[in-house]
Amino acid sequence: MEEFFETTITVNGTPVTRRVAARTHLVDFLREELGLTGSHTACEHGVCGACTVRVDGQILRGCLMLAVQANGRKVDTIEGLSDSGEIRDLQAAFHERNALQCGFCTPGVLMTAQELLRDRPEATRDEIREFMSGNLCRCTGYQAIIDSIEAVLIARRRTGRL
Amino acid sequence: MKAPSFGYARPESLAEALELLARHGERAKLLAGGQSLIPSLNLRLSSPALLIDLGNLSELEGIALQGKDLRIGALTRHRAIERSPVVAAHAPLLAQAAPHIAHVAIRNRGTFGGSLAMSDPAAEWPACCLALGASIVVASARGERRVQAERFFKALYATDLAPDEILVAAEIPAAAADSRSVFLELARRRGDYAIVGVAAQARRSKGRLQDVRLAFLGVAAVPLLARRAMAALEGGPCDAAAIAAAERALGDELEPMADLYHSAATKLHLARVLAGRALAALAA
Repeated sequence: MEEFFETTITVNGTPVTRRVAARTHLVDFLREELGLTGSHTACEHGVCGACTVRVDGQILRGCLMLAVQANGRKVDTIEGLSDSGEIRDLQAAFHERNALQCGFCTPGVLMTAQELLRDRPEATRDEIREFMSGNLCRCTGYQAIIDSIEAVLIARRRTGRL
Repeated sequence: MKAPSFGYARPESLAEALELLARHGERAKLLAGGQSLIPSLNLRLSSPALLIDLGNLSELEGIALQGKDLRIGALTRHRAIERSPVVAAHAPLLAQAAPHIAHVAIRNRGTFGGSLAMSDPAAEWPACCLALGASIVVASARGERRVQAERFFKALYATDLAPDEILVAAEIPAAAADSRSVFLELARRRGDYAIVGVAAQARRSKGRLQDVRLAFLGVAAVPLLARRAMAALEGGPCDAAAIAAAERALGDELEPMADLYHSAATKLHLARVLAGRALAALAA
């Protein structure tokens, strides 16, 4: 019989408490329990990066963490980053440069790109590629994604946001 | 896919975790960072009755210099090792290897001890521990014991850990002042499983190499010390002739297993190429 565990997680700034089955992944909890469907599920074994979310300030795979493991932690999703304006410039750059087509990978790509912008302000183009290597995109061929991130990196450096 | 159902326990101390493990034995699995275990659950390759989540055992996390050893707690994240100035100063091989482990989102979560206990033949940390002569610290209700890395990795995904034991740390001799290290790995894409990799360390003085250690990953069921190649280099100058002799010696001791994309001969060739590059870097 399935066992449930009371779990409290602060999601995009708001604490939520639910009883969850141990086997429920964090990304399924966010999507199905909270209706935050911006984080996507695809491979469900850590390869594609579509489920990338931030836990206690660091990105991870939402399909490789159980919701019960996030008990007491802070989770930020693409909805939170988008609504707060934290990645407005990054989203604009993706729009301008057509850095998405179907958009399935885009939330995960943006989450990873924001961690790069925050942690690696001096990154070169090659280092951007390396940092982004864990997010698969089957439409763009990556060039426009790398271009967008590089453009934001340069713009944030210039405006002192980094 | 989704994981099958399992029970879940989150002990608050190592003693409590050991007690749970002793009680449930091989029906239980320890959950550390979960970056290998959760995929295997999702793919339904593994179906434990109980997961024992070690996530609250902060006593198992951390990096500290203790006397002449660097002690790395089992729950230390890959990313913490990658960014640690203490690691960069005293075990630079680990700092060189860390960026090769999967991707940032996985390095933020995966743990050092989890990787050692998993003992994947293509993993970076087991080969590094072998090259560095690390001791693996293991605890059970019976007490604590230390196992040399050379005796810890036994077979494919199998270690010296008994069913009631938890890997708590590794102790790594701090690098000597004249020590040099190199970590190289070939993968089809950054972050993919290694086709073959090498962790190399040696002391270099007056143009000669001493205490040469060459450990390979991805060439066998376990990480492998290339003892003949090491002997070919020990105490001598690391010149082109010595490097060529070491590369030849690898042919006598490495018997790589073919994988889906690379024949055994290709893997041996790539191991030699990496060895040559690593030794040239040690000598430079």
